[in-house]
Order: sequence, then structure tokens, then C-alpha cells
Amino acid sequence: MSTLLIVALVGALAVVGYVLGVRRAMASADGDLRLLHSLKGYYGQNVALLVLVPSLLVLVIWMTVQPLLIEQSVLGMISNTDVAQGSSRSLMMADVRRVADGLDVAVAQGAMSRDAASDVRVDFTNVRERLASVGVAVGSTVTQSTLEAAQKFRALAATGNMIRGIVVLLIAAAGFGYALKQTDKDFRARNVVERGILVLLIAAASIAVLTTLGIVFSLIFNTIDFFESFPGADFFFGTRWEPSFSGRGGASDLGFLPLIWGTLYISIIALVVAVPLGLFAAIYLSEYASNSVRSIAKPVLEVLAGIPTIVYGLFALLTVGPLLVNIFGADGLLGVNWMSGGTAAMTAGLVMGIMLIPFVSSLSDDIINAVPQAMRDGSYGLGATQSETIRQVILPAALPGIVGAVLLAASRAIGETMIVVLGAGAAASLSLNPLEAMTTVTAKIVSQLTGDGEFNSPETMVAFALGMTLFVITLALNVVALIIVRKYREQYD
Amino acid sequence: MNDMRIVKRDVDMNDIKISAKGVQVYYGDTHAIKDVNVEIKDKTVTAFIGPSGCGKSTFLRCLNRMNDTIDICRVEGSIQIEGEDIYDKRVDPVQLRAKVGMVFQKPNPFPKSIYDNVAYGPRIHGLARTKADLDEIVEKSLRRGAIWNEVKDRLHAPGTGLSGGQQQRLCIARAVATEPEVLLMDEPCSALDPIATAQVEELIDELRENFSVVIVTHSMQQAARVSQKTAFFHLGNLVEYGETGQIFTNPQDPRTESYITGRIG
Amino acid sequence: MSDQSASNGRISHGSLMVADPRTKKRNAAEARFRAYGIVAISIGVLFLAALAFSILRSGLPAFTQYVAKLEVTLSQEDYDAAESKMLKTAAYTDIFIENFSNALDERGVDVAYDSDAIERILGKVGGDIRGHYREHPDDIGRPVTFQLQTSSRVEGYFKGRVDRESLVDSRFLVKTDLDIVDALTDADILTGRFNWAFIKGTDAGVDNPGGAGIGAAAVGSLFMMLVVLLLSLPIGVAASIYLEEFAPQNKFTDIVEVNISNLAAVPSIVFGILGLSVFIQFMHLPQSAPLVGGLVLTLMTLPTIIISTRASLKAVPPSIRDAALGIGASKMQSVFHHVLPLAMPGILTGTIIGLAQALGESAPLLLIGMVGFVAREFPDGVVSGFLDPNSAMPAQIYTWAARADAGFYEKAWGGIIVLLAFLLTMNIIAIILRRRFERRW
Repeated sequence: MSTLLIVALVGALAVVGYVLGVRRAMASADGDLRLLHSLKGYYGQNVALLVLVPSLLVLVIWMTVQPLLIEQSVLGMISNTDVAQGSSRSLMMADVRRVADGLDVAVAQGAMSRDAASDVRVDFTNVRERLASVGVAVGSTVTQSTLEAAQKFRALAATGNMIRGIVVLLIAAAGFGYALKQTDKDFRARNVVERGILVLLIAAASIAVLTTLGIVFSLIFNTIDFFESFPGADFFFGTRWEPSFSGRGGASDLGFLPLIWGTLYISIIALVVAVPLGLFAAIYLSEYASNSVRSIAKPVLEVLAGIPTIVYGLFALLTVGPLLVNIFGADGLLGVNWMSGGTAAMTAGLVMGIMLIPFVSSLSDDIINAVPQAMRDGSYGLGATQSETIRQVILPAALPGIVGAVLLAASRAIGETMIVVLGAGAAASLSLNPLEAMTTVTAKIVSQLTGDGEFNSPETMVAFALGMTLFVITLALNVVALIIVRKYREQYD
Repeated sequence: MNDMRIVKRDVDMNDIKISAKGVQVYYGDTHAIKDVNVEIKDKTVTAFIGPSGCGKSTFLRCLNRMNDTIDICRVEGSIQIEGEDIYDKRVDPVQLRAKVGMVFQKPNPFPKSIYDNVAYGPRIHGLARTKADLDEIVEKSLRRGAIWNEVKDRLHAPGTGLSGGQQQRLCIARAVATEPEVLLMDEPCSALDPIATAQVEELIDELRENFSVVIVTHSMQQAARVSQKTAFFHLGNLVEYGETGQIFTNPQDPRTESYITGRIG
Repeated sequence: MSDQSASNGRISHGSLMVADPRTKKRNAAEARFRAYGIVAISIGVLFLAALAFSILRSGLPAFTQYVAKLEVTLSQEDYDAAESKMLKTAAYTDIFIENFSNALDERGVDVAYDSDAIERILGKVGGDIRGHYREHPDDIGRPVTFQLQTSSRVEGYFKGRVDRESLVDSRFLVKTDLDIVDALTDADILTGRFNWAFIKGTDAGVDNPGGAGIGAAAVGSLFMMLVVLLLSLPIGVAASIYLEEFAPQNKFTDIVEVNISNLAAVPSIVFGILGLSVFIQFMHLPQSAPLVGGLVLTLMTLPTIIISTRASLKAVPPSIRDAALGIGASKMQSVFHHVLPLAMPGILTGTIIGLAQALGESAPLLLIGMVGFVAREFPDGVVSGFLDPNSAMPAQIYTWAARADAGFYEKAWGGIIVLLAFLLTMNIIAIILRRRFERRW
């Protein structure tokens, strides 16, 4: 029974339940609204909620758990001897799944009869070719054990889906019956419905926590997998980043240092651009600018924050890079041959810096505005000029908040992807020269996970270790920044 | 200082320090100060009293052009300090404010050390050539602010850590550190408890020896205690201006009398 | 303490009318400081202008394509004759050349060309023409105006990517071809027209920048935005209502709040990793599907929506809640009947801005396989729109930008214009909503 059909049936039952619930309540009150404890709609909602929520919850849980269970039982069928050289259990499992899916497709397209699909044997028919004919590509030739596993997989999945449909519908029906039985003019439908809604609200709020858990678990498990096949010391202290891809053989150098170096270097260039510009812009806007200037300049700067990063990336690659080469390149304005290609740490850093201006400026603007007017008055009253007041009274008072803003901008810079993917180049290097191509943690996550490597190879899994370090660094920066900013706000509240 | 007594009337008949003629102040379309004429003497405490919203603070802030920081505020008429019109185009408000210091309603020490708070003015105006000069100015100002003994051991503690009364005396010390000639005080005691108020009032009386002090207060008792001359403002008008004793004992204008006896306010 | 008083150490302030040297210096510093601020803002504004200029200059040509217009009338006999030949397309090419030379004679253009030159300039015209007649047999015997697209090099010549001086003769284009092109342009046979194919087309592969279009990717973006809207609005509003109106002060609430503010600052690529390992590896949802992209973007957008929704709820004054509670409404009723409707304009504004953010996001999409080259065809229905591999506009732009052929750069810039047009529209709607419905309490 397909998921869509189950959902549709449950939904229909809920609608029927709503109508019947309202009717039954009205009937029990002899059609007199005033005798009901709650408004009549609540009786209907009560039935609908009891039909929908438990059954759909079970459906979702079932859908998550069933593949795990099936996989466990199918995996048992693959003996260790079947695992080919250079392959692994999980690769085999992927093959099994692909064959099973392929058989499904073949049946759906009519290329194979249902019975044929569940009986095919490798000896008789070349399964790989038959699957290819319906557009499903299977990596290696299908072995007998893979095929058997795939058959089992299909059988289990089919039974599972069948039972799932029955169970979910039964639960829905039970909810339906129970709720209708409850319905009576004295039943406190509103209170029950409101409690139900509150639970739904809490569930929605918990999604944030679930997301964080999802991030943490997906990073941790895959990172552990990675470190099982690649030594941690070589990752954290390696100075060379030279992954070798499948087929070429040989061990890869997956040193983290050149990547974090590139990340930090580019971020620092970006901050060197963004912090002074953003801070001066914020100061001017909050202390000097007239209302009319402010009402124009502030949104214009904020537009910079709303532009998608892909636009900045393209701008770095196609406009700023060539421009810098025209200045620092071989035939450039300066006549120095310092830059060979458009993609460089400087290119990405400059563009990223511009992107960060509004982050620094709007946060700093808020923070500067939070400094009480009394401070300014005190300073002006002593005969200080506006700039003296800003430099010596307002900025020191706002310093913690501004530090927080800069940390947030730094975390943004470290996590930024598209600008560096397009603008910084692909070569990992530990160079000091800002006009040289460098690469970053984020850029390598993209290239390792979108490359053509086998999923379980260290060359691909390293992306999770990179993601983990990225997550930890940015999280630490954010937490520190948020604490600082919050402390600062409290000081003037 | 005895609470309700009316201050001894030993007003030095010094020169006129500030003279305001036909001053009008507008906030946007609101006419906040209407044709005020007043002459403020040197080495005298002059009190501005009146119900809230009567314009006394606004007028005080005209005297060192603090109103410049408000965009919609417009001042007409002439205010002269020692014969020089402070609203003249050539006058730099920065220089003016070094000469006419100000203390505010709420104590507003900078989030810096006590020392740096006091040293701030001398530093920006370049009054000290050496560190020793600066130390001396700071000590002298803190003594004048009657707070030296309380803070001399913790000059580098943050000024925001002091109690309210101490903070306000610190702010007074900070204001006198630039050696102003006139000291404007905008309800300096309104955020203080009675004991701190008494200390600040005593201090104001001492400051009179060196400065011309103008104080805005909503408390008639305070005006009576600290000032020699009193001006009564009502709805933007200067209703009556004269010797403090005479204002309180024998007001000329019925409005002054109503205010003093508590019928309007 | 007043004994060390007045006379000693008292500095004279001098006349107010004359600025002393120190004041002059300080005022100069003031002016400098002010100038720094103006410079900083100007740099930001200038950069924005440079960006806009770059985008328009490099992207607008993507909306023009150059075509050769030629009227051909094919008789049934010619058609039968051509179809009976061995080399059918060559036969059609001959028919084209015949018509072409007639057209040139009519216009009095005198230029030398051969069929190879025609192929270099207009591609395989014979195939195009044959294709048309096989599809529309009715057109045989009546005049048909063909609009044949020029090859990407010739288009490059029109758009300035290829110039006469630096052109090296190759099998793709030789110098004399440019003379033909110039002559045809003068004769009004070659003209530019609006490139609908770019708006309506799909990615056409690494070797065909001329045929690349953003349409399929835009549809992919649309389906993703549907997912994001349908999930993030209800979930975000529900979470905000709980946190703002019902949540007690306890550990759980604290954890949720800290989580939300941290999630808002997690790099987008990390959400891509989450999507890859949870939705694709673990739950086996289809790779490259807009549904998965939408789910990832939903999780990414939720914090933004929750933060803005909470702000709108907070802006509704407590007196409204009190009024509802005071006449006997339950807490839930007061929220759903009064607070929520009043906060709705703010919530919608925040949602649109969140959606705009999600629309421009590319990094996480690359990780779940929504790269540009999968956007080869339009989905054929709603379910297929959600589940079949597709790309999204920003990812498509990235794919074009990463390709070696410079012809794709123009497409990438053009794609940015389309993307920004969408973003601009969304933001304008948000601004109008805010202007129209915002209430100040």
C-alpha cells in the first residue's frame, strides 16, 4: 500500500470523523447549542485529531524503522566471503538496494512479470543487462547472493509495507471509534483539543532540537567511520592535501592544515575589509547621518546582505579575479608578476569582505544605538567633539558588543562556501602569498562530496570530518559571540 | 548645612557672566522658550525653578549649546558670555563647552576608571603636558568634587561601580576638571537619595567660590538652600527673577506665589 | 579643599570668537573621522553599483540570440526527391543553399560562401529543416520562415567574445566566415531577437552553451520553495506560538531557544551534510530531488522564520490577550483568534524574506546532488516535480560558472538576472505587505 494512499485514506477518515463528531455532539444535546460544554466544532476537531495524530505518528516511525530492520536481516544473508576485494558490506548493501529497486522498476514498466521478478536467477538471465534495459544501472555484475538478498529485500519490504498500511489504518480507525464514543454533550472537547494542539506546538518547537541532533549525529557517525579508515594524526597534522581518486590507486594525503590555513587566511582578509568599513559605516549612520541619508544608505547596505552568495562567487570569479590579475599579473598595471590566475585568496577575501559589511554594520549599528544618550551628553557637556565622543566613550562602551558582531561575521566567513568555491581556487596550499590560489574547508567539502569517488572511500568520508571541524569552530564562535552580545545588552537594559 | 534655612545673603556683587536677551527656543513648531531675558552673575549660584515642562532645562541647555545635538531645536535672540554671543557663527561649541561645563540629571560616568573619567576632559582639551600634570588635575578635581577621600585608593576602579551619590560627585569632579567658568547643573540631585543630595548640595555651595553655578531644580527647598538668585519659569516664560530670599518670601508675581505655595506645579 | 583654589592653575579660556590652534586641530580630526564614515558607506554603495553594472553588462546578452531568417517554400516533389536520397540532410542543405542564394541575390548581396561555411555559421541547417517538415507535413508547398540559430562562436562574435584580430582559423570558424556574417547582418538576414529558449530551456550539456536555458532549474526552485513554504510556515508559526505564548521558563525551553539561535548561524553547507546523510543515506529519499532540497532548505529557513515570527507575536500588545482572556476565552483561543491574526502580516513578511534567502542558497543543494547538469528535462507532473532529479537556479548558475567554455559565463550572469528578478519580486511583496498592514501599537 503506497504511503500516499495511506495518508489519503487517513485524511478522508479524519474529515468524516469531523462531520460525525459534530453531528453526534449536536444529537446528544438535542440540537441545542447551549447545552454543549464546548463549541460544536471542537467535538469534530477532537475526532479528527485522534484519527490523524496517532496514526500518522506511527506511519512516520514505521517508515524510519522498517528500512533499518530489513537491512539488518538482509545483511545477515551476505557472508563475509561474498564481500569482494576492495568492497565493503555497506557497498554490497547499496548494490542490493539498487537491484531491488531495479526489479521494482522493471515490474512497473512491464519489462518483467511479477513472478519473474521474484524468481529470476543469475544463471538464466543476465540481470544486469535486463535492469540496464529499463534504465537502472548496477555497478558490478550481480552475484547470486546479491540477487537473493535483493529478492529477500523486496519480499520483506512488500510485507512490511502491507502490514504498515493495515496497522496505520487500524490505529486511525481505533482513534475514530474512541473519539466518537467519547463525544457527548458534557464531554470537555475544548480542553482535550487544546491539550492536543499544545502537544503539536511543542513538537514543532522540538524540531529545532531534532535538527541539531541530526547534524551532530550525522557528523559524528560518519566522522568515526572516516577515522577508522584514515589515521587521525595524519588528518589533523598533515600538511599536504592530495586526495587520489578511485581507479588511480595509491594512498591519499588528506592533511587538514592547508585547508584550515586557507580558510583562516581568506576569513582574515575578509574581516580586514569588512570590519573597518562596516564599523565606520555603522558609526556614520548612527551618529552623523541625517534621517534622510540614513533612510537611504542603510537599506542600500543591507541589500548587500540579501544578495545570494552565488552572485558574489560569480563576481569574484569573473570580475574581481581578472581585475586583480590586470593589476598584479604579468602584464598588469604595476608591472609585477605576482599573480598568475584570477582565483586567489585575495579575490575571495575581498569579495567576502564586501559581503560581510552589512553584517558588521547593522549589528554594530544596533549596539552603538544601545549606548545610552546620557554617555554622549556627558561627553559633549565636557566639550568633546563628536569624533572624540565616539572614539573615547561610545566605542569603548560598545566594545563587547562590537567584538560579538565581529565574531559572528568571522563565523559567517569561515562557513561561507560559494565565494571560495568559485573565487579562491582549488589547490590546497600553505602559502603566505594572498595572491595565490588557496582552498578552504567548505570548498573541499563540496568537491569531495560531489566528486565521483566511491561513497565509502576515505576521500569522500573526509568531508564529514571537515564538516565536523567546521561545525565545531563556527558553533564555538557563535556561542561566544551570543554570550558576549547578551551580556552587553543586559548591561544597558 | 541646616536644611530649611535660607542661605546667607553674601552675594559678591561680581560682574555679569551670562546675559541672555530675547531668547526664543522652538522645537519644531513648539515654542518652548518665550522671550527670556536674564543676567547671571559670576561666583553665584543661580537656581531655575518651575513646574515640569516649563522650559527651565531647555533654557539651561541653551547656555552651552547642548541643544545643538537636537536637530529640530532652533534658538533665537542673543546669549552672551562675557560679552561674546555664543550663537555667533564663529563660535565653536566645543570651545564653548570647555568654558561652560555641565552636570546632568542622572549620574552618567563613562564606563571607564574613576581616573579616566576625570582625566577625560583635560585630555581632550590638552590641559596637561605631562602625566604628573594630569595626576595633579585629577586629584584637584576629585578634591573639589568632595570625593577624593572616598576614591583615592581605587582610582583605577570603574566609575560605574560607585554609589549614585558618589557617581554624581564624580561627574561634578569630571566637569570641573576642565576648569570651566560656568557650571550648569540639570537637576543634579533628582536621582539621589536624601543623604547623597545633602552632600551634593554642600558641594554646590563650595563650588560657588570658583564658578558661576546655574542649577535647575524641581525642588523649591533645594533652590532655597543652595542659591543666591532664583528664576521662576512657567510655560516657557521667565516669570520672575531675583534674590532667592525675596522670591521665596515676597514674590512679586501671583504665579510665583501660587507655585511656591503649592497651588500650581 | 577650596583653599588651593581659584587663582593658581586657572587657565584662561580666551575669546570664544577665535578658535585656538588646538580646537582647529581637533575640528580637523573631526572632519577626517566623518570622512572615513562617508568613504566606508560610499565603498559599499559603489561596490553595489559595480556589482549591478557587472551583472547587467555581462548578463543581458544572454537574453538575446542571433538567428538567420529565411523564407523557404518546399514543394512536394522536392520533398519526395530529398527523402528518397541517401544523404537526406545534405539534400535539405542544398535546398537551403538554393533558397539562401536567391535571398542574397534579391537583396543584392555579393559574398562568397560554401556549404561548410554555412554549417560553421548556422550549424546543421539540413537537419533542422528536415525535422520541421517531418513534424509539420502540412507546411510542404507553402512558404515557411525559418529562424536558424547561429553557432555559439558566431554568437560570440556578435557579443564581443570573439574578435577578428585574435581569431585563429579552426574547423569551428575561420576569418572569412566573419565577412559572410557581416554581409548577412547588413542584409538583415541575421538579426538578434529575444532569447526565449534561455528562459524556457534546460541545461543542454557541457558542449552547448548556446542551447542552455534556466527554465528547468527554475521549475526545480519552484517545487523546492513549495516544500519550504508548506513546511516551514506552519512548523515555524507553531514553534513560535509555543515559545512565545505557552512555554514555561524551564530547561527544555532554554535548550530550544539556544538551539534556534545557534542553528541560525550554522553554515549552510552543514545543512547540506545533514541532508545527505539523513535524508539520502539514512531515509533513502531520492537523490537530486526537489523534495529533499526543500526539506534541507526548510530546516535552514526555520530559525529565520521562528525569529521573525516571535518578534511579530511579541509586538502584539498584552492588552489584546488580556481583553480576550477577560471575556472568558481560553489561552489557546486568545492566541488563535486574536494574537495570531494581528501578527500575520509580520509573520508573512518574515516568511517571504526567509523564502528569498532559501531561494538563493546553493551550497547545500550541491551536496544532495541538485547540480546543474541534472536539469535536463522538465518534470511531467506534480509528483515528478517533487521527486525527479532536478536542479535549482543557483546550483545551475554554479554549474555554468564552473564550466570551461566561456560561453557559459554569459548564461551564468543571465541566470543571475533571472534569480535576482525573483528575489526582487519577493522582497517587494514583503515590503508592500509591511507598509500596508504594519500596525504600530
